Amino acid sequence: MTLNLFYFLSFLAVLSALMVVFSKNPVYSVLYLIITFFTIAGHYILLDAQFLAVVHVIVYAGAIMVLFLYVIMLLNLNRESEPHKSNILKFAAVICAGLLLVVLVGSLKGTEAIVQQSGKAGIGYVKTLGEVMFKEFLLPFEITSILLLAAMVGAVMLGKSEKTNDTI
Amino acid sequence: MQPQNGIPIDYYIWLAAALFTIGVLGVLYRRNAIIIFMCIELMLNAVNVLLVAFSTYLNDAAGQVFVFFIMAVAAAEVAVGLAILIMMYRNTKTTDINILNRLKW
Repeated sequence: MTLNLFYFLSFLAVLSALMVVFSKNPVYSVLYLIITFFTIAGHYILLDAQFLAVVHVIVYAGAIMVLFLYVIMLLNLNRESEPHKSNILKFAAVICAGLLLVVLVGSLKGTEAIVQQSGKAGIGYVKTLGEVMFKEFLLPFEITSILLLAAMVGAVMLGKSEKTNDTI
Repeated sequence: MQPQNGIPIDYYIWLAAALFTIGVLGVLYRRNAIIIFMCIELMLNAVNVLLVAFSTYLNDAAGQVFVFFIMAVAAAEVAVGLAILIMMYRNTKTTDINILNRLKW
């Protein structure tokens, strides 16, 4: 049952990820990417990381993808005629990606020997994650807040138009 | 090697490798800067899947905390990157990355 669910979610994730790359319209790419993120959230639920699945849906499908969609609408990119690389460059890209896949699978093969299952379950709950985050990872947590502040200030500074002729 | 949900960890490794490769393929294949950003998000998510899988299978919650940090970094990266993209569109009226070749060589 769970294996069938895993196969279904994986197939959907890989298919919609491919459609992100190969669809002509950028708006369709964003929508396929949202499907990919939902299937990845399903994988998190299968992996007993329920809280992470909820956060993933909120952050990615709720915030980041809306930002992408908003920028695409703002830039008026929803036309089909967008620039494409030449065929030989596309062929080279596919070959390079296939070689990378072979290297990744080959180098990560045999990992199951180091994974040993111990019986404890339920590390995906809010209580466990909160204890780990606020005891062991308190300093990185605070640094993350500084990073978000810096990103916010940077985005505002970059997005601010110069005082003269601004069109957007 | 059979965890509580009955899926071997090899399957998650293959899934994450496939998603990461598709992200790399998108970066190499497309010329639209927004699609390239989306493919970077795809690569980050492939790494997240692998981190969560190993965290569950090894019973170590540190991996899931790392996924939180990766999500925060991804949000910051998207905000700044899209601001840069809007600046670029304002100056060149396109999102084609071949226009931005002044830093080449």
